[in-house]
Amino acid sequence: MGVGIKVEQLNAWFGKTQALHDITMDVPANHATAIIGPSGCGKSTYVRCLNRMHETVPDARATGRVRMGEVDVYNGSSAVQIRRGIGMVFQKPNPFPTMSIYDNVAAGLKLNGFRDRRRLDEIVERSLKLSALWDEVKDNLRKKSGASLSGGQQQRLCIARALAVQPQVLLMDEPCSALDPISTGKIEELIFQLKEDFTIVIVTHNMQQASRVAEFTGFFLLGRLIEFDRTEKIFTTPSDKRTEDYITGRFG
Amino acid sequence: MRTRFQQGLDDLRTRLLRMGGLAEQAVDRACQAYIDRDLTRCHLVLEGESQINSAEREIDELAFDLLAMQQPMAVDLRFILAVTKINSDLERVGDQAVNIAERVMDMVELPKADLPVDIARMAAAVSAMVRRSLESFIEGKAELAQAVLEMDNVVDRMRDEAFITLVKTMNDRPDVTRQALDALLIARNLERVADHATNIAEDVIFWVRGADVRHNVQPESPPTEINGTRGRVTEI
Repeated sequence: MGVGIKVEQLNAWFGKTQALHDITMDVPANHATAIIGPSGCGKSTYVRCLNRMHETVPDARATGRVRMGEVDVYNGSSAVQIRRGIGMVFQKPNPFPTMSIYDNVAAGLKLNGFRDRRRLDEIVERSLKLSALWDEVKDNLRKKSGASLSGGQQQRLCIARALAVQPQVLLMDEPCSALDPISTGKIEELIFQLKEDFTIVIVTHNMQQASRVAEFTGFFLLGRLIEFDRTEKIFTTPSDKRTEDYITGRFG
Repeated sequence: MRTRFQQGLDDLRTRLLRMGGLAEQAVDRACQAYIDRDLTRCHLVLEGESQINSAEREIDELAFDLLAMQQPMAVDLRFILAVTKINSDLERVGDQAVNIAERVMDMVELPKADLPVDIARMAAAVSAMVRRSLESFIEGKAELAQAVLEMDNVVDRMRDEAFITLVKTMNDRPDVTRQALDALLIARNLERVADHATNIAEDVIFWVRGADVRHNVQPESPPTEINGTRGRVTEI
């Protein structure tokens, strides 16, 4: 099993407050890895450090090494270049409201200067198929706006938009927390299929979701990685008492 | 802290202990009935079976509800799974006690025979196994459960010795064949009770340590590497 993202001694701060402490974690390639932990433990900061979104917050900074394949995230590449290779899906679906479904998916490619219309059509279709939305929107691709879709469809549209730029890695920060169980089920099924082709990191508060979709799980507490192991191990026989106390609901 | 869930787990534990008490009492009564050729105790064992059966159903229902409604994880999940398995074993212990009691009821109609087998000693060893397996559950101590596993070999040996001795008795003294056969079958029932006590002890070890020690398979040591992917525990 290859390493999709190699994180070494990652530290992150908001001003003087240290949010992450010495995180070292090899995220396996072509698998889903869940990041769990109580609110404020650094889960979202961690994933936002992987694509250098963290540094967009005023006074925020990070140190350490993050590698994705040959790419050294914090050394030698611009943040914009890095983010082009890493898709990100947020808690609340955020399609471009004035754009059509088609333009939402094509937005990233067009921004990168991609102009081949036939190829663009193919990529939009492929991305919407990958995100299991194609059948629901194929007849209204250019007529309907992204904002006209339901919450679950909007989230899958955002996933299609992220996939269109053909990233190696897909980061998902609580992608289902605003969705109903049916839409959540569709996204989870999607994650299950996408990990064949992408390395997925998913932040979730929902431990059942982590256990359903991820092969690996990391437990964060107070900005530190307490335990990282196969998901079935974390949820049946965790090694650390703090992990056990958290997942059994004894704190957090 | 999930108070309602914790109350559910406590309730499950209390009910299982009550059931354990009933099963243990049934075995003790059945064994004492054999020793004293006491029909009253036999009837008590038969009457107690329905209590054990309804306790089994109630425990399974509660465990099922907790699994469905609370989605337990880690030690709580292991606890509930262990309880459902122990529950089933205790019900079978109750069945074996009933088998012994029924055998004793047949036996008392025959003339008393002096047999060269110490069923009372075997019964004491088996009762001790049941009691200690339940103690290991009450205390949540894998060491106590481990000790029960070791006792099983002793009971197996007693069963083998009883078999050899009683078969020889049947050959040598055909007039006591039926009594010897009853004793042989009771020894087999007791040995099965010991097997259930062993299962209970194994389930306690699974609950406490998360290790599956059934069928003498040694649990794997915790991985330091995950298929070549490094996981790291950071100490605070």
